[in-house]
Amino acid sequence: MDWFNNFWSVYSNLVLTLGTNALLALSIYLTLSCGMLAIANAAFMGIGAYASALLTMNYGLPFPLAMAAGMAAPALMAFVIGKPTLRLSGVYLAMATLAFGEVVRIALLNAESITGGALGLNGIPQSTQWWHVALALVLTLALLWRLRRSKVGRAFESIKEDETAAGLMGIDVGAHKMLAFVLGAAIAGLAGTLNAHLTFFIGPSEYGFDRAVDILTMAILGGIGNLTGPVIGAVILTLLPEMLRSFKDFRLVVNGFILVLIVLFLPKGIWDPGHFRQWFGRGGRRA
Amino acid sequence: MLEQQLVNALSLGCVYALFALGFTLVFGILGVINLSHGAIFMVGAYAAEQAVARFAFPLWGALLFAFLFCGGVGLVIDFLVLRPLRARNAPHLIPMIATIGVAIILNNGVQGIFGAQNLRFPSGLVSEETLSLGGMSLTALELGIILLSFVLMTVLLLVLKKTQLGRALRAIAESPKAAYLLGINVEGLFYLTSFAAAGLGGVAGVLIGLYSNALFPLMGQPMLHKGIAVIILGGMGDIRGALLGGLFLGFAEVLSVAYIGSSMRDAVAFGLLFLILLVRPKGLFGTLQERKV
Repeated sequence: MDWFNNFWSVYSNLVLTLGTNALLALSIYLTLSCGMLAIANAAFMGIGAYASALLTMNYGLPFPLAMAAGMAAPALMAFVIGKPTLRLSGVYLAMATLAFGEVVRIALLNAESITGGALGLNGIPQSTQWWHVALALVLTLALLWRLRRSKVGRAFESIKEDETAAGLMGIDVGAHKMLAFVLGAAIAGLAGTLNAHLTFFIGPSEYGFDRAVDILTMAILGGIGNLTGPVIGAVILTLLPEMLRSFKDFRLVVNGFILVLIVLFLPKGIWDPGHFRQWFGRGGRRA
Repeated sequence: MLEQQLVNALSLGCVYALFALGFTLVFGILGVINLSHGAIFMVGAYAAEQAVARFAFPLWGALLFAFLFCGGVGLVIDFLVLRPLRARNAPHLIPMIATIGVAIILNNGVQGIFGAQNLRFPSGLVSEETLSLGGMSLTALELGIILLSFVLMTVLLLVLKKTQLGRALRAIAESPKAAYLLGINVEGLFYLTSFAAAGLGGVAGVLIGLYSNALFPLMGQPMLHKGIAVIILGGMGDIRGALLGGLFLGFAEVLSVAYIGSSMRDAVAFGLLFLILLVRPKGLFGTLQERKV
């Protein structure tokens, strides 16, 4: 077990980050699977992280309660902004959610008396255990898996395919979109809470535009046709910069090249069952 | 004081408009949200700085060099990345992700070559003279920025409105397929668009580099966010909208710094954007396309 202890002491943070990133990728998968390109997940993650960290630091709230608050706060926020925002579609929704994200980041930056401004929050108790992350991931996957096969999941899918047709079939498009948006925000908030209580320190710049785009990239790169894709995308994008350390100054350049190559040659994402069937010759036509 | 603020706002707004022009051109004609436009902006500034520092180019030469160099970069990106995705009809998010990869390559490539520290244009490149116009002073640089931006934007608008080339481009913006059937060289015009858009982005980079006198590898990222704000303000893919949106954002920012305080400067831009999207999703000046069932 020695090698394992060594490995864990060096890489435990990385492994747990894999878990939280997978949660983030799944949170955006949920809105994408309902046909909405909403990129506010970094902001929701930030809201969750700040809400829970403030509660554990200032009020000594037990971690499970803080976690619940860290999910409830972004979910509530999503509900409030969802009403006007979700009327938009396509690129406009993407831009509105991106703008909302920037507003949240700037608000965190300027509310210095509460959030510590640009210095961020320091000394958050490190309450996140490895099994918290594992459990959160397993539960989220189970929930989403169950959801896909339920009436609600099928409603999501039909909205994604054609909103007008789904509405004509009697699906309450607005309510389903809202559900996906709020649930996605709660998952992002959970990831934020776990991450904040892992890294000891959080700052507003972690939840800006770049993070939002990162999350989207993970999901798209992995493939959004099913649940495996986003998880794989998160794993690859988290590990890639670590594995390219030998390239020193140019490691992110190589990272960018790999990203472009994956997009060019696997435009449906890495995890594309249609491709596998084609490669391993089990007959099925590509979807 | 107010007049002075308005002059600052005008020159800042012009650069925003110039940057957003390329951004909106690519969206309107290629249908791609090009997230590498900020990185190209930065490459333009570095290209001009190198041209001046190493080969002693005069300012106009450096601007021309930045335009051509960035245009070349845009062309290469289009040829290597966007063209294969077009060829296989990838869903529209995919090219956007690819341009994120391109931006990572450019940003970190420049950082690897030149380091993360700030570079400056050599002093004395732009004359320090100022022009006084009834109480407000205008530096040569500000005047140059305003004039150059207006010339470039006028040329672009005239080309799009009056020439055969412009009509072809507008046809492609409506529907590439129909344009192709009409015998328009769609692929060639896609290249031309990528070239011109990247070139304009590069020129905007040089102008901001001169204006703030600091070049750094990530200087394009805040600009990219503002470019997004501008093209939404003006309506996606709308050239005149990009122009007006750029000026509008310039004025909103400068005036909010003057009257509210500098810390809320970016919040104003994005808060405004968020509100406008909720009230008028097509942008301030745009027209919304009806969804076809």
